[in-house]
Amino acid sequence: MDSILKLTDVGLSYHNMNGETSALHHISFSVAKGEFVSIVGPSGCGKSTLLSIIAGLLEPETGTIAFENPKGTIAYPKIGYMLQKDHLFEWRSIYKNILLGLEIQNKLDEAHMALVDDMLITYGLYKFKDKKPSELSGGMRQRAALIRTLALEPDILLLDEPFSALDYQTRLKVSDDIYCIIKKENKTAILVTHDLSEAISLGEKIIVLTKRPGTIKKIIPITLSIENRTPMKSRNAPEFKDYFNLLWKELNS
Amino acid sequence: MNSVSVTQQQYVKQKKRQLQLLKMIRILILIAFLTVWELATNLHYIDGFFFSSPSRILLCIWNMLFDGSLLLHIGVTLYETLLSFLLIILLSMGAAMLFWLHPRIYEVFDPFLVVLNSLPKSALAPLFIVWLGTNVRTIIVAGISVAVFGSIISLYSGFASVDKDKIKLIYTLGGGKKDALKKVVVPGTIPVLLSTMKVNIGLALVGVIIGEFLAARKGLGYLIIYGSQVFKLDWVIMSIVILCIIAIGLYSLLNCAEKKYLKGL
Repeated sequence: MDSILKLTDVGLSYHNMNGETSALHHISFSVAKGEFVSIVGPSGCGKSTLLSIIAGLLEPETGTIAFENPKGTIAYPKIGYMLQKDHLFEWRSIYKNILLGLEIQNKLDEAHMALVDDMLITYGLYKFKDKKPSELSGGMRQRAALIRTLALEPDILLLDEPFSALDYQTRLKVSDDIYCIIKKENKTAILVTHDLSEAISLGEKIIVLTKRPGTIKKIIPITLSIENRTPMKSRNAPEFKDYFNLLWKELNS
Repeated sequence: MNSVSVTQQQYVKQKKRQLQLLKMIRILILIAFLTVWELATNLHYIDGFFFSSPSRILLCIWNMLFDGSLLLHIGVTLYETLLSFLLIILLSMGAAMLFWLHPRIYEVFDPFLVVLNSLPKSALAPLFIVWLGTNVRTIIVAGISVAVFGSIISLYSGFASVDKDKIKLIYTLGGGKKDALKKVVVPGTIPVLLSTMKVNIGLALVGVIIGEFLAARKGLGYLIIYGSQVFKLDWVIMSIVILCIIAIGLYSLLNCAEKKYLKGL
């Protein structure tokens, strides 16, 4: 399989006057194109730091990150990042919020606007595009945030606990929603979460991190014997429980 | 939705009555004060020459409206206050934006700002006169000096308290620090800006009056000082009353703008 992203021996420490805290240590893994990878670990293990490094917001102190496209030439693909909260700005309409990234990158051209309109229609937000964010439900807001990210046509999507601000019922629905959108748009995704069921139900591969400093404890490929996988259906797969127990053991040993 | 319960109706009714009562009490206090003042001077409990009276003030306003001098003084003070206010906003926005983009510069200037902010600005006014002369420029500078340092500090701390994740969002969308300033920090701080403006308009008026005390031939501040020197105390007290009205007017204008903005959100 073509790998789109390859981390080799990545490490990072945070520094302040009282000393240094090692956040990540010897992180190596690769992600294939179109793959959905979940990263789990105890809180404070550097999960979000890892995403920030992949997104290029932080420079790793050691190791390298390589992005490769299928043709084999090394090029930096575009990376989309979804944060914990939707951060839709209350002073902009939903539509204006979605255009934020295009605005920043000066890409408000016809092709991109058409892409945004298409997504708005496909994902049921077109009617609400002139509303204020506060007039939308949590699930719709998260969908709007995803369209804002997808408008920039990223090759890799980073999801930093994007469902954690939602109540449980909405959370199940929205993770189904978002998963299907990501699969439909054929994107590669890396999800960070502390919810084990969520990690299994969305991920095709789970990377388990240890407590601080975060190192890779185990990489578990997930194979479920169901067809047309969605997060909801995955939860009913016969293997789901076993993976859950395996993960639970890994995190608590 | 259109059927409101009886208890809700009662609640609304009671609240409305309370508000009306509050307004009535305020108006009554004002009327009582003015009546006592008027009667006390008429019955010679206090000397109207020193303490003036509502009727003398009205007469004074009437006379000065006719010779046109009152509107000139009010106009000059308003013009100077609004100009100072505008410059305060521009200067403090500019400085706060510069400081946000370059926190190192802020770190350098922070103690100076604190000192300048706590300095009583009226102490500087005589210096301004010597440096800049007795003219409008001095008065504008005095008006600015009273408010600008505090304004910079409040705006900058408003900028600095914007949610870090919102700024991170701009970076994840490929933007830089300037984009973060333009798209998040400034629009997100408009409520802080509006409340700072409400404080500043009052302070600008204070500074302008201090300036007019020392360096003016026109304006309400000049009228107060001149009136006290020639024992025309009607002028002094009339000017104070008009200043009250100006202060309320300007403040409620900004208050309205703030309410309108917050409602629009």
